[in-house]
Amino acid sequence: MQSELQRDKLKTIMFFLFPSILGLLLFSIIPIIASFLLSLSKWDGLTRWNFKAGVPNIVGFGNFKEILTDAEFWKVLGHTLYFIVLYIPLILFSSLLVANLLNNDFKGIVAYRVFYFLPVLTSWVAGALVWKWVLSPLYGPLNEMLRFIGIKGPGWLQDAAWAMPGIVLASIWKDMGFFGLIFLGALQGINIEYIEAAKIDGATWWQRLMKITLPIISPAIFFVVVICIINSFQLFPQIMIMTEGGSAGPHGATQVMVERIYKYAFKYFKMGYAAAYSWLLFVIIFGFTTLQMKLQKKWVHYDE
Amino acid sequence: MKRIVNLAVTAMVMFIFISTVTAGGKQEAPAGGTEKVVTVDYTNFSGSGGNAKFLEQMKETFEKQNTGIRIKIKTVDFGNYFIQLQTKIASGSAPDSYELNYENFITYAKKNVLMDLGPLFKKSNFDTSMLNKNALNAFRADGKQYGLPESYSTVLLFYNKDLFDKAGASYPADDWKWADEQRAAEKIRALGKNIFGISHPIQFWEFYKVVQQNAGSLLSKDGTKFTVDTPQNVETLQFMVDRVLKSNVMPSEKQMAGMGDWDMFKSGRLGMIVTGIWAFNDFTKDCKFNWDIAVEPGNLNKATHFFANGLVINKDSKVAGAAFEWVKFMSASKEAARIRVDAGWELPASTYPEVMADYNSKTPPANRKAVFESLNYLVTPPVVEQMSEMTDILNLQLQAARDGDKTPAQALADAQKELEKKIKLK
Repeated sequence: MQSELQRDKLKTIMFFLFPSILGLLLFSIIPIIASFLLSLSKWDGLTRWNFKAGVPNIVGFGNFKEILTDAEFWKVLGHTLYFIVLYIPLILFSSLLVANLLNNDFKGIVAYRVFYFLPVLTSWVAGALVWKWVLSPLYGPLNEMLRFIGIKGPGWLQDAAWAMPGIVLASIWKDMGFFGLIFLGALQGINIEYIEAAKIDGATWWQRLMKITLPIISPAIFFVVVICIINSFQLFPQIMIMTEGGSAGPHGATQVMVERIYKYAFKYFKMGYAAAYSWLLFVIIFGFTTLQMKLQKKWVHYDE
Repeated sequence: MKRIVNLAVTAMVMFIFISTVTAGGKQEAPAGGTEKVVTVDYTNFSGSGGNAKFLEQMKETFEKQNTGIRIKIKTVDFGNYFIQLQTKIASGSAPDSYELNYENFITYAKKNVLMDLGPLFKKSNFDTSMLNKNALNAFRADGKQYGLPESYSTVLLFYNKDLFDKAGASYPADDWKWADEQRAAEKIRALGKNIFGISHPIQFWEFYKVVQQNAGSLLSKDGTKFTVDTPQNVETLQFMVDRVLKSNVMPSEKQMAGMGDWDMFKSGRLGMIVTGIWAFNDFTKDCKFNWDIAVEPGNLNKATHFFANGLVINKDSKVAGAAFEWVKFMSASKEAARIRVDAGWELPASTYPEVMADYNSKTPPANRKAVFESLNYLVTPPVVEQMSEMTDILNLQLQAARDGDKTPAQALADAQKELEKKIKLK
């Protein structure tokens, strides 16, 4: 009787879930399985599959071996790490700052909150084009400002060493509002009594920040760091628009993993190689995220 | 549970069934009940943007002449074109006929997805004599004609006459050599801090040609070995790079500051620019000074380059005969050529004298005959299946030399090594 009832319930659930499960199957699960099979093969992306004729040609883990032994992969990984090292501290600092500014109560605060969120809603295509101009060494406002304070600005996107920092700046502008909003939510969740109690006990502003505010919002910080690292590995639109002159940056200084995957799959006709590349990307992201999950015990505080 | 699975499976089957039925609706009811009308899909990129109306004009003219054939045009912008095309071909739903630029043509021809047009030539007694020979040959691979040339553009030396006058330099002449060009460029460079002598992009599509002006090449004659790092190629790259880093008659990337070289030319800050004839409309509209064109100077040889678009037919097309009629019309008919010339939309691959006379009578540039003269020195890029991968590998190294991060010798040696490792030759 009980199981009959449960079965009926399950049926209803399945009925309603069916449309989204179908979508998940067709557009996620099946492609994931297919991409894994592809990663074990050599396929040019044009020839029709015909297993009897050996299309695609199964080569086992050959693609993975080829990628990992090619200097290019490590160079590309280095570019991503360069991005992360610059991006994570800057985005944490700037979005915390924004959150703090927006956590005030004055006239028009809602308008400010909207303004900071606007870049998030802006399409990367438009944003990246504007940033290309901002970063132009001769005509851009950024170098103009630097000149004003006596600094000779670099060639940003035209200079191999400065192209990635240029990309970082644009990414900060784009993402600051989103992560600022998350931090704002966390800040507003802090019970004001904690702060007041600390004030009465004579804690300085710095002590309150380090001992109360940051620990309380540490779950939000953790979330932001995890998302940021995942996003960093998947860096793509800003690279393609800002530094795409056929080769991603001044002699390839902004080549990153997703950009490579795209090139290998759709420009070089190496679908299997590209699929293997994307599985490596998955492994790396999975690894980093697991590591962070482990490390969080050391610094993330959850309310009991 | 079993019933749920059944339900799910049934729904899935129905979904797949419905999607195949809707996707496969190719047959059309006979129009008027007398003649069976066939529909030919045609996918292209060159009709995107402002040229859509000219393509539409061609289609209408064609359909009037061939009442039994309807053309279904799909235009995709160049940036997304090849991704869409590749996906369609891989999934077995390739368009009957489509456009390929020369650089991608070889890759597609070698992947065995194009129809050999040879038998269709014979069947319809197609006379190729009105087609430009070089353009026609460009769309052959492995001894088979896989495509018909549609249009082409040659690359020339454009120059700002006013800047030449100001600098007291004599205009480019047919017997010019690199050194003459360099002298003029230096005179113009001396006119001002922000005025440059020449822009001659240091990238694959220029480099492969410039090495041949210096009697070098990127591939051995039989096409089995790369010869990228030979001494005369190093000399060629050194010459190109010195213009940026030493004499600075050509702006560096930083001096360009993200501005394109067309814009620099149009703003009157560039004495010469090596670019394609697709710049004609734009320069005519935007240049507030006198300008003209000349065939590019060489060093030991003269060598010029052209970009061509071709038309191909899908190997598995069910309406190949009709598709061929359309492709033939686009490539070789006087009507299509006329529409193209009137629109200033690249050069038609066909060579009807009266249409060409119209083309030649337009100015600027005054020296329009240089467009055709340059065809006498045409060299074609190395034909490799992994075309775009090869271009990217070389470009990366050429850029490193251009920006002064590597010596030309080092850059070419690195390119040679990587090409040998990654690019399969015959």
